Amino acid sequence: MDQPALTSRFTLAYAYKRSLGPVIGAFMTGLRDRRILGARTADGRVIVPARAYDPASGEPTGDLVEVGPSGVIETVSHVAQPSPTDPVQVPFAWALIRLDGADTSFLHVVEGSAEALHRGLRVTARWRAERDGSLRDIEAFVP
Amino acid sequence: MRRVHVQGVGRLPPAVRNVPSYATGPAWDEPQWSVAGPDGPELLTPAALDEAEMVQAVTAAALADAGLSRDDVGFICSGSNDYHQGRPFSFVMALDGVGCWPPKRESHVEMDGAFALYEAWVRLQHGDVDVALVYAYGRSSLGPTDEVLSLQLDPYFLAPLGPPPIALAGLQAQALVDAGLATEADFAAVVARAWRAAADDLYTSVSAELVEDRMLLHPAVASPLRAHDQASFADGAAAVVLVAEGAGPAIEGIAHCIDPMDFGTRDLTTSRSARLAHAAAGGGIPEVAELHLRFSPEALILRDALGLEEALVDPTGGTLPSDVPMVSGLTRVIAATEHVRGGAGRALAHCTAGPCLQQNLVTLLVAP
Repeated sequence: MDQPALTSRFTLAYAYKRSLGPVIGAFMTGLRDRRILGARTADGRVIVPARAYDPASGEPTGDLVEVGPSGVIETVSHVAQPSPTDPVQVPFAWALIRLDGADTSFLHVVEGSAEALHRGLRVTARWRAERDGSLRDIEAFVP
Repeated sequence: MRRVHVQGVGRLPPAVRNVPSYATGPAWDEPQWSVAGPDGPELLTPAALDEAEMVQAVTAAALADAGLSRDDVGFICSGSNDYHQGRPFSFVMALDGVGCWPPKRESHVEMDGAFALYEAWVRLQHGDVDVALVYAYGRSSLGPTDEVLSLQLDPYFLAPLGPPPIALAGLQAQALVDAGLATEADFAAVVARAWRAAADDLYTSVSAELVEDRMLLHPAVASPLRAHDQASFADGAAAVVLVAEGAGPAIEGIAHCIDPMDFGTRDLTTSRSARLAHAAAGGGIPEVAELHLRFSPEALILRDALGLEEALVDPTGGTLPSDVPMVSGLTRVIAATEHVRGGAGRALAHCTAGPCLQQNLVTLLVAP
């Protein structure tokens, strides 16, 4: 006799939460509050995103410093045809952005055509209305 | 320091999943792999093989090449990645391919097989084990490899945006162009040369005549890079037998260095970690170099960082025509081994991991 197979929905997920720690946690909380934070290194540079350790020296970083939300495009790679997995669905570019007050560049997307976006262009963050403390709280940078 | 020799090698011709649309050369024949069956060797297409069968084929070939058997092996180390296989602890199933009895000291790295070879080299330095078997396998055909690689990026600052590998390589390529160090025509020349060289290589299994002028007419996917600037993913497996004070090409030096993971903090036009790894492995100019390239601009960066101006680079065509995740680095070591067996005095094998040449492992092989 045909029996219908027993089925059950299963969502693979971690059954725990973990803290991001005092530095990355502060960075993500800052995004929720529309602020971008960098960390000051022992030699006085400001690295963005904030990290607990200076990647150049391995030394712990110090104060958190607010940077941006505007900056200058340093390197840009245009995407004419966004794929469904891309963060925006209009012509855009992946860009390394040197935010005001920062000494390193920050990867995000900038909306605009290949003609409109170029090295040296000033751009600013456009914030998502509903923010939850993730990198996607910035929808995109725009000229 | 014990002198370790690459005494045996074995590999399967990589099976390129899709012949790229820009390939205009002769029709591609799907390779057939010879594996052990109950009535002797059988020829199978790659899609018919599971991981254990791939591992069985290459480890048996490497041991036979070394003139040794499993009984002689004191340490086994493998490289593979659960993200590509799509299931946890996937390497445990592949162990069937090397046999489980009698048990051996065994280890695994969630990295390319070249890193497993590095661990085996370190293990042989302990002095209590003389023979190590190293293998790696990868099946990019099991899923969307670009998306799988995006998931492996920094979980806080990169993965949420999901940049595909070609986007990050595009930024590195644009940094080279902005600095006046390369042009799009230079990238196209690297690709065309790689595919032409691959036509003569038994283990590349796919080739194409690319017309450089026409290549630049294709639209960019992530400017300045086009589809042809990215390596074609393939399936495959490879194995190496290392013997302390053995026979065959000897490992003169091996070293691994890593750049910071926030690539906004480093100069993308150069590779400090490749330069440091090369120096730590012994430095100097090799006669021939086999590079693990995933994008054409990396050839220009590595030529400078590894000091390869005078060297013959990727005479096999390298990894642009067929890149097997977790295997390509180990096959660079095998290709370098074959160059030394063929008369080269000194050969360099390179392996990379992470975005924009973040990690670099350099192995220098010399004639015994």
